[in-house]
Amino acid sequence: MTKSISRPRWTGYRIKIEPRLDQPPGWYPAAVSVGAIAFALILGGILIAIAGGDPFLSYAHIARASFGEIGVFSDTIVKATPIILAALACSVAFRMKLWNIGAEGQFIMGAFGASAIVLTPILPPETTPWLFIPVMAMAGMAAGAVWGFIPGYLKAKYNVNEIISTLMLNYIAIAWVNYWIFGVWTEGGFQMSAKFPETTWLPRLSDYASTIPILRGLTTHLGLLLGIVAAIALWFVVFRSRWGYEIRLIGDNPRAAQYAGINIARNTVLVMALSGALAGLGGMSEVTGVIHRLQTAPLAAGYGFTGIIVAWLAKLNPLVIILVSILFGALILAGREIQPSGVPKMIQGIILVSLIASDFLLRYQVRFARDSADTDAEE
Amino acid sequence: MTATLNTTSETMPPMVEMRGIVKRFPGVLANDHVDFELRAGEIHGLLGENGAGKSTLMNVLAGLYKQDAGTIKVNGNPVIFSSPRDAIKAGIGMVHQHFMLVPSQTVTENVLLGLDEPRFFMRLSEYDSRIAELGRKFGLSVDPRAKIWQLSVGEQQRVELLKMLYRGANVLIMDEPTAVLAPQEIEGLFNTLRSMVAQGKSVIFISHKLNEVAAIADRVTVLRRGKGTASGVPSRGVTRQELAQLMVGREVVFFVAKKPCKPGDVVLDVKAIHAENDKGLPALRGLSLNVRAGEIVGVAGVAGNGQNELSQVITGLRKCRQGEVMLNGDKVSNRDTLFGIQHGMAYIPEDRTHVGSAPNLSVTDNVIMKNYRKSPISKGGMLDMPAATKFANELKQAYDIIVPTVNTPVRLLSGGNLQRVILAREISGQPNFMVAVQPTRGLDVGAIEGVHRLLLAQREAGAAVLLISEELEELLSLSDRVYVIYEGKIMGEIQVGGAEPNEGLVEVVGLMMTGTPLEQIRKEGVAA
Amino acid sequence: MDFIIILQAGVASGTVLLFATLGEIFSERSGVLNLGVEGMMLIGAMTGFSVTIATGNPWSGVLAAMLFAGLISQIHAFIVITLQADQVVSGLALTFLGAGISVVLGEGLSKAGTVSLMPNFSIPLLSQIPALGPIFFKDQSVLVYVGYLMIPLAWYYINRTRGGLHLRAVGEYPAAADALGINVFRMRYLYVFVGGMLAGLGGAAISLAVSPGWFSELTTGGQGWIAVGLVIFAQWDPVRAAVGSYAFGALRRLILDIQGPTILFGLANPFYYNPYWGFFLQMIPYAFTIIVLVVGSREAMRKRLGAPAALGTPYIRGERGL
Repeated sequence: MTKSISRPRWTGYRIKIEPRLDQPPGWYPAAVSVGAIAFALILGGILIAIAGGDPFLSYAHIARASFGEIGVFSDTIVKATPIILAALACSVAFRMKLWNIGAEGQFIMGAFGASAIVLTPILPPETTPWLFIPVMAMAGMAAGAVWGFIPGYLKAKYNVNEIISTLMLNYIAIAWVNYWIFGVWTEGGFQMSAKFPETTWLPRLSDYASTIPILRGLTTHLGLLLGIVAAIALWFVVFRSRWGYEIRLIGDNPRAAQYAGINIARNTVLVMALSGALAGLGGMSEVTGVIHRLQTAPLAAGYGFTGIIVAWLAKLNPLVIILVSILFGALILAGREIQPSGVPKMIQGIILVSLIASDFLLRYQVRFARDSADTDAEE
Repeated sequence: MTATLNTTSETMPPMVEMRGIVKRFPGVLANDHVDFELRAGEIHGLLGENGAGKSTLMNVLAGLYKQDAGTIKVNGNPVIFSSPRDAIKAGIGMVHQHFMLVPSQTVTENVLLGLDEPRFFMRLSEYDSRIAELGRKFGLSVDPRAKIWQLSVGEQQRVELLKMLYRGANVLIMDEPTAVLAPQEIEGLFNTLRSMVAQGKSVIFISHKLNEVAAIADRVTVLRRGKGTASGVPSRGVTRQELAQLMVGREVVFFVAKKPCKPGDVVLDVKAIHAENDKGLPALRGLSLNVRAGEIVGVAGVAGNGQNELSQVITGLRKCRQGEVMLNGDKVSNRDTLFGIQHGMAYIPEDRTHVGSAPNLSVTDNVIMKNYRKSPISKGGMLDMPAATKFANELKQAYDIIVPTVNTPVRLLSGGNLQRVILAREISGQPNFMVAVQPTRGLDVGAIEGVHRLLLAQREAGAAVLLISEELEELLSLSDRVYVIYEGKIMGEIQVGGAEPNEGLVEVVGLMMTGTPLEQIRKEGVAA
Repeated sequence: MDFIIILQAGVASGTVLLFATLGEIFSERSGVLNLGVEGMMLIGAMTGFSVTIATGNPWSGVLAAMLFAGLISQIHAFIVITLQADQVVSGLALTFLGAGISVVLGEGLSKAGTVSLMPNFSIPLLSQIPALGPIFFKDQSVLVYVGYLMIPLAWYYINRTRGGLHLRAVGEYPAAADALGINVFRMRYLYVFVGGMLAGLGGAAISLAVSPGWFSELTTGGQGWIAVGLVIFAQWDPVRAAVGSYAFGALRRLILDIQGPTILFGLANPFYYNPYWGFFLQMIPYAFTIIVLVVGSREAMRKRLGAPAALGTPYIRGERGL
C-alpha cells in the first residue's frame, strides 16, 4: 500500500494526491504529453522574452519557416531524417533501460564509416550508385555498431555505467573524425574532406523534377525512406518478435528475465550494437544525402541528444517517433535563425523536463475530498 | 468472569487510548473506526490475519501515518503525531516487522540515528558503553560496535528494541516479532518482554499467530478486515476457537486433509551442494535432500539459513561451488535456467513483484514467460499475439484471475491475484517438479487456501513439490516429509504422517531449527 | 617542458573537477543521482561571468553562480523526489536545460570586456617547500585554497558528524531514517541543492579563475560528465575524489602543453611535428575516464562495496515489498 499525499485544507476541502489504481483512458497519455509541450513552449517564450527576444515573433517564424509551404516542409523533413534514426537508436536501447547517450558519437562514426568507403577509396568514384549506396549504408551501420558494441561490452562484462562510457565515446568519436579530416583527407587545407562524387549521393525528390515538375528544389532524400523502413521494422521487432519480447522483459524486470532463462549480458551487447547501427545509419544518411563530404560541424549537431528527447516524448514507440522527429526537425530548422541562438536547445530541455514531470499525472490522480466527513466505506 | 491481572490498575487512565481511528488508502479502507486501549504494564495482543489492518493501526500510533479520523490519547492527554519523532517523544516506539536498520552501519550508529545528541561531533566510544549498559539492564546484550549485516536476525531484533529503549520509550509496539525466530528463540523473546513489563514498560504485540498471542498477551484486541471485532478481551477468558472465529469470521480448519502419499521415483536429487551468498560467505555447506514424484517435501527453517540460496541453486540462478543438483537424472546445477525450464521445472519465487513478474507488462506478457519460445505462442522468431492472448484468457478462466482484461499491467493486481498469475504460468506447463518459496506470504485466508489446494493438486498429479516456507504450520500440514535447514546444512528429516501436527513434532522441529541435529535429539531421548 | 608549471596548472584545473565531484558525492550519498552536473556547471560559469561583469566584483559572481545553479538543481529535486520520476532521464534533461538556459542568457557575454577575476596569491611559508610548495601553494587562485579546505571538511562531515550520519542513513536505508523521524525528503532536497551549488562553484571556477571567459557550451568541455565518473572511481569518498580530480587536472594540462616544445625528453617531439596527432591527445581524458570507471566498477564488485544502497530509487513511505 502506498501513501497518499494530503495537502492542507482549502475551505473544508482537501486536495488528495494518490496513486492510480487502474489504467487511465487511452487518450490520456497523449493529452498529457501535448499539455506538457504547450507548457514548455510558454515557459520557453518567457525565457526568450527575458533574454531580450520576442517570443511571438520567434514562434511564428518557426511555424512559417518549417511548414509554410512545400519547399520549407521538405527542408523540415530533411532535418527530421537524421533525428528519426537517432531517436530509433535511443528508443531500442532505452527499452532495455540501457541509457545510450552516445547516439551522437555512433552517428558520427557511421558518417565516418560511409565516408571511408568513398575517401580511402574502397570503391572507385565511377561505381554505380546501386552498389555504392548499399555498401556505404552497411559500412555506416557497421561503424556505428562497433561504437555501440564497446560500451555494451563494458557494461555486460564490467558493469561500467553506460551513461558515462557512451558519453565519453562521443568526445572520442569527434576527435577521431577530426583527425581524419584534418590530417588525412583534408581538401586544400580546409576543415572538410573533398566533396563526394555524385554517384554516392542519396537520390533526392528533386532528381525527378524533369519528369514531375512539382518536385523541383525538394531536397528530401532517400534517407527518409531508410528512416521509415527502419521504424516499421523496429516496431515489428520490439512488439512482435521473440527478441523484442525478451528486450522488453529485461527492461521491465531483469531478475524476472533472468529467471525466464534470458541471457542479459548477451542482449546488452546486441542491443547496444543495434542501437549504434541505427545511429550509424543516420550518420551515413546525413553525410551522403545532405552534406556530401566529411565535415565535423554539421555532423556533430546534437542529433544524438535530440534523439533522446524525441524517443522519450514518443514513449519509445517507433511509429510515433517519425511524427515527433518532424516536429523537432522544424524546431531545429527554423531555430537556426532565431536570436538568441541557444533557444532550440533550451526549448528541447524544457520540453523534456515538462514531459518527465507530466509522467507523474499518469501514475497519480488528483482528487478533491470533503474533509473528515467521509463516512462512505470505499472498497 | 473477571480475569485477574497482576500489574495493571483499572482505575488509572489507560496508557494509550485510540478512538474511532479511520485510515484509508487508495481503494482500501484499512482501519474502519477502530478502538484500541492499552493499560500500563500489560502485554496487549493485536490479532488479525494478513491485511486486517493491525500494522496500519500501529503505524498511526507510532506516527508514521496520519489517521483520516479519530483521536489518540496518551496518558489521558490528547495527542497529534505529525511524525515518528512526536510519537517517540510521547514514549511510543515501534519495532517493525522488517527491521529499520542501516546494514552497513554499526549498532551504536543505528541507535543514535535521528537523535538530537550528540550535538555535532561524534565520539562513538562513549555511546558504545552506554548502549552496552542498556543492553545488560534489559537482557538484550549485543556488541555495539558490530555492523548490522554481521548480526543474526535475533540480534538485530534486540538492536531495534535497544533503539526504542534508549529513547525512553514506555510503550513498545512489536510488529510480527516472531516471524524471524525459531520456536526456542520465541520463548526467549517472551521472557524478555515479560521482564520489560516488570520494569515498567507496556507492550503491544501484533501477530497473526493465534497461539503466540494467546500465550503471551494479557488482553487481546482482534481486527478483521479493518474493523475491530473484539477489544481488550482478557486472553484467559477466550478459547482458541473463539479467537479464530473473531479473526476470520467462519469456522477455521486448522488442518488440511490430504490423500495418503504414494511417492514415485526420485525427481530432484540435491547432492552435497556448497554455495556462497551475495556477500561471499558460505550459505550452503554440503546440503543434500531429495524429492520424489507425487510428494510434497517441506524445508523448514528460520529465515536466513540458506533457503534463498537453496532455491536459487536448484533453479539455476546461483552457482554452486561443489556438489550437484540432478533433475530426473540430468544435471541441472550450474546451468542456465533455461535448461531447467525446458526439463519441466517450475518456480514460485518468494518475491512476486521483483522476481516473479514484470510489473509494467501485461498479464499476457507475464504468463507467456516460460513458453514463449515454443509454438503456438511463437513461430519462427515472431510472436503470435492472438494465440498468446487466447492462452492468457484460458488461464484467466481456469485460475480465477480477477482482472479487467489480460492487457492490464500486473502491477495493478492484488497480491493474491498476482500469485494466481504466477501459479497459472508455472502450473500450465505441467511441470514434473516445482519449487515454491513462501507461496502464501501476505495473502488472506481465502487466497492461502487456494494456493494450498493447487499445491496438493500438483502432488496428486504426480509432480514433485519442494515447499520452502517459514510458516511451520503450513509446512507440517501440507508436507509428506520435512527437512530442517540450519546454517546451510540439513539437521534432519522427519516423516509427517497424515496426523495433526502435535506438540512433540513441533518441539523436535524447533530444536532442529536452532541447530540441534536429529541424531542428537534422538540420542537425548526426546521422542519424535 | 616545466613540470612544475604543468602540475601547478593541473591543480587549478583539478579544483574545478573537485568541486563538481564533491557536490555529486553529497547528492548521491543521500540517494539522489544527479546527472545534470554538466548543465549546472555551465550555469555556474555563465552566471559567475555575467554577474561579475555587471557588478565588477568576482566574489559576487561566484556567490550568484552557486545560488543560481543550486536553484536550478531544485527542479531536478522536485521531479525525482516529490514526483518520483526516473532519476536518470531527469538528470539528462537537467543537463539540456542548464546548457540551453546558460547559452540563451549568456548570449553576447563573450564579447564583453575584460573581467576582474578571482584573486591569486601564494601562501608564504608553505610555498617554499621544495617541489610540492610551488605546485600547491604558489600563485594559485583563492578558489584552489578553498578546494584544499573542502576536502577534509567534507570527509569529516560525512564520517564524523551527526549530520553526516543522517546523510548516510538516508542514502543507504531511508526507511530506517524515516522511522526515526528524519525527514528523508527534506534531506534529499537539501543535498541536491548542495550538489548543484558545488557544481555551480566549479563552473564559476572555470570562467573566473582557471580558464577565464565564457565560451558558450564549450566552456566546460564535458568536465561535468568526467566528475560523475570520478564519483564512482572515488567510491563516494571525498579524499579519493580529490586524488582523482587533481590527477585528471594534471592530465588535461599535460595534454595541452605536450604539443608545444620541439624537443620532448631529449627526442624530437612527435606531437610538435605531427600536429594532427593532437586529436589523439584530446581523446586521452575521455578514454581515461572509461578506464577509471572499469577500475572503479571492478573494485566495487570485488569488495562488494559500492554505491549507497538507495541510490537512484525514489523513497515511497509504506512500500515494504509485499
